[in-house]
Amino acid sequence: MFKWFHRLGSPKIFFEMSGRWQVPLLWLSVVMLTGGAAWALLFVPPDYQQGNSVRIMYIHVPAAILAQSGYVMMSGAAAVFLIWRIKLADVAVKCIAPLGASITFIALLTGAIWGKPTWGTWWVWDARLTSTLVLFFLYIGVIALRSAMERHAGAGRACAILALVGVVNLPVIKFSVEWWYTLHQPASFSLTEKPTMPVEMWLPLLVMVVAYYLFFFAIWIMRIRNEILLTEKNTDWVKQWLATR
Amino acid sequence: MKFGRMKSHRRNRMLIIVFIVCAAAGATTFTLFALNENINLFYSPEQIVRGEAPLGKTIRAGGMVQDGSVIRAEEGLGVSFVVSDLKSAQVTIEFEGILPDMFREGQGIIALGQLTDKGVFVAEEVLAKHDENYMPPEVADALKNEHQSSAETYNKANYN
Repeated sequence: MFKWFHRLGSPKIFFEMSGRWQVPLLWLSVVMLTGGAAWALLFVPPDYQQGNSVRIMYIHVPAAILAQSGYVMMSGAAAVFLIWRIKLADVAVKCIAPLGASITFIALLTGAIWGKPTWGTWWVWDARLTSTLVLFFLYIGVIALRSAMERHAGAGRACAILALVGVVNLPVIKFSVEWWYTLHQPASFSLTEKPTMPVEMWLPLLVMVVAYYLFFFAIWIMRIRNEILLTEKNTDWVKQWLATR
Repeated sequence: MKFGRMKSHRRNRMLIIVFIVCAAAGATTFTLFALNENINLFYSPEQIVRGEAPLGKTIRAGGMVQDGSVIRAEEGLGVSFVVSDLKSAQVTIEFEGILPDMFREGQGIIALGQLTDKGVFVAEEVLAKHDENYMPPEVADALKNEHQSSAETYNKANYN
């Protein structure tokens, strides 16, 4: 059952398989990002109360969704590394942390920019905003821990444990708006419930969410491939691959 | 996942991970429960009416601005309005300053200020709380014509 799983864990096989995927993935995501952004910024109707600042949502909401599911992916890879000791999973954790931190930063920044005209403030210490800031620090912590332990053999395991402990923050972010009184509104968009906006507003949002995911995967795969090339640079298959370039 | 077929050392590692995550989750849950009241960003009108909010201390109060309750001072920027939880609890808020653009009757707000012994909340800052509903202006107009108070229908307040 785990055969494909162990095969994919081999750097060489991952490198070969991902090589076929990365370019189409990147192109598709760039096309969807541009198209979705143009749609959201130029053609979506303004909101009856927020006016044009509603357009920030199309950058903010996908970033916030991905900030959280990026963490799920990171901790999933961390668990795989701890249980099966697959080196590639550790590489995946290493490569996703800066991406997750960036996307969380985008979510925080665009949220602040939207908050100023809508709420009247850039920032409040409510449960949703604070727990998202904690998420950002968790990503930063994983990055910092690895660079502090760079020459240490246990770096991967330490990062993986930190990543896994941080998982408890995810339900806090998700349910913060229901458990406590917050300034942040509940979700407008989820898999299980009817969107709280008409189709001409949520369809471009869906496009942006998918585009963000694809772009995220494309960059993640590219980073992992770079890392594989660096660590395997003395092996025969990398030398052969380089010779064909 | 077939646990039975997993090698025992892997199963042990998995159990350790499950244990670590559960322990962290447990610790966080207890901490959050202990801090529960402090994590709330604001006091609801009901809490204030029941006397749960401290007097003379800087706190936040939140609620829905009641229709027709906004009274502006004849001179200056003074304004007073009533916030409610759309049920029975009501609190009067006085404020002097510029209200956010999104401030309007029927919308949620959060005010930073102090509760006086007369039960009036004197605010030094007012933030507009946006709800999760979005719609184009034409749709909002159409809804408004359909039934008078579209705002009330469309604001599922979570102030109770």
